[in-house]
Amino acid sequence: MYNFDVEKPTSIADAVAALGREEAQPISGGQTLIPTLKARLAMPSVLVSLRGIAEMQGISTDGQGRLCIGGGTLHAVVAKEAAAQYPALAGLAARIGDPAVRNRGTIGGSVANNDPSACYPSAVLASGATVVTNAREIAADDFFEGMFATALEEGEIVTEVKFPIPEKAHYEKFIQPASRFPLVAVFVAKFADGVRVAVTGASENGVFRWTDAEDALSSNFDAGAIEGLTVDGGGMISDLHGSGDYRAHLVGVMTKRAVAALT
Amino acid sequence: MTQVKMTVNGKPASGEVEGRTLLASFLRENLNLTGTHIGCDTSQCGACVVHVDGEAVKACTMLAVEAEGADVKTIESVANADGSLSVIQQAFQDHHGLQCGFCTPGMVMSASALLKDNPKPTEDEVRHYLDGNICRCTGYHNIVKAIMAASGQDVSALAAE
Repeated sequence: MYNFDVEKPTSIADAVAALGREEAQPISGGQTLIPTLKARLAMPSVLVSLRGIAEMQGISTDGQGRLCIGGGTLHAVVAKEAAAQYPALAGLAARIGDPAVRNRGTIGGSVANNDPSACYPSAVLASGATVVTNAREIAADDFFEGMFATALEEGEIVTEVKFPIPEKAHYEKFIQPASRFPLVAVFVAKFADGVRVAVTGASENGVFRWTDAEDALSSNFDAGAIEGLTVDGGGMISDLHGSGDYRAHLVGVMTKRAVAALT
Repeated sequence: MTQVKMTVNGKPASGEVEGRTLLASFLRENLNLTGTHIGCDTSQCGACVVHVDGEAVKACTMLAVEAEGADVKTIESVANADGSLSVIQQAFQDHHGLQCGFCTPGMVMSASALLKDNPKPTEDEVRHYLDGNICRCTGYHNIVKAIMAASGQDVSALAAE
């Protein structure tokens, strides 16, 4: 690692101010960022730790019945404390990485990083969640902009994510055995007014909604409804773990399994 | 350089560190607690697992300055006060839960975190919990067996040694 200073603000306002320093970068749980720094793939001069910000911690419910999770909330906490209200989300959090990673990694960090194989972005997108930052609220459909790309501006931090709670939902993950990241994973959320299907791990553009499957499942919520639907392998990630066509095939398989688990 | 202070294995510890100093490096190099191993550079192997404020974390994926004020426990704190092995350590010895021993500190620290939350885990729960601890001797069966035995369960029916 190249060396850097570390700042530890205790409020969102102080964190935003600290991020105004030259070459400053936020660090939340650091479970992706620290390995990245070790590989010398990033060279910040200041890391601004978001861990000490009490107003970004914890889970609550708002007036619209949404589950509001502070950006600094650990995966382990979501796994435990969201289980009663949103079991599919808690189940996703309970299977990110491994226990030690879940005791450091945060939802805000995962969402802001938007790794094309991260778990959380699929839940955020399939739930139609709202990403709250220090400056504004951004709908999930407008937030994820491609591999490691989001609508966040320089120095903007994810302070909270607000999840509408679906009637039922399921996250189905096919693990890449070396990294434990999803090779392909699908989050299916059924709301009163329709079904949303979000796919992670597959596309070169990061998390995306499979709208053909959403249309089919909204009129007939059964795994058979997506029989015959296919995803084009062209824009899919192709690497030593699986070709684009293989990933495209897995999108269909994981979606069917997720729906089957709910019907 | 920054001054950090924390409690390590029940005693106050402090030292001068750089921003980039990992908790694992601070424990090993500043405090000479070399039981915490560094086996990979990618946060995957789990040989460096310690407890920070009671939770298992990878000491190689946490900055020393982030542990300011924390209560840290390493493998050096696990044995009983009289020097005899703890229940988990003894079970690893009894069931041949180690071969080269490199991964063992992390395995024991993960095992104790698991048993604190889940005193009678199933075999599946033990295997799932050890997802982030790699044994390159691939001695997993006996590690799982040792942890099951340490939890007071009958392990005679588990996979062969």
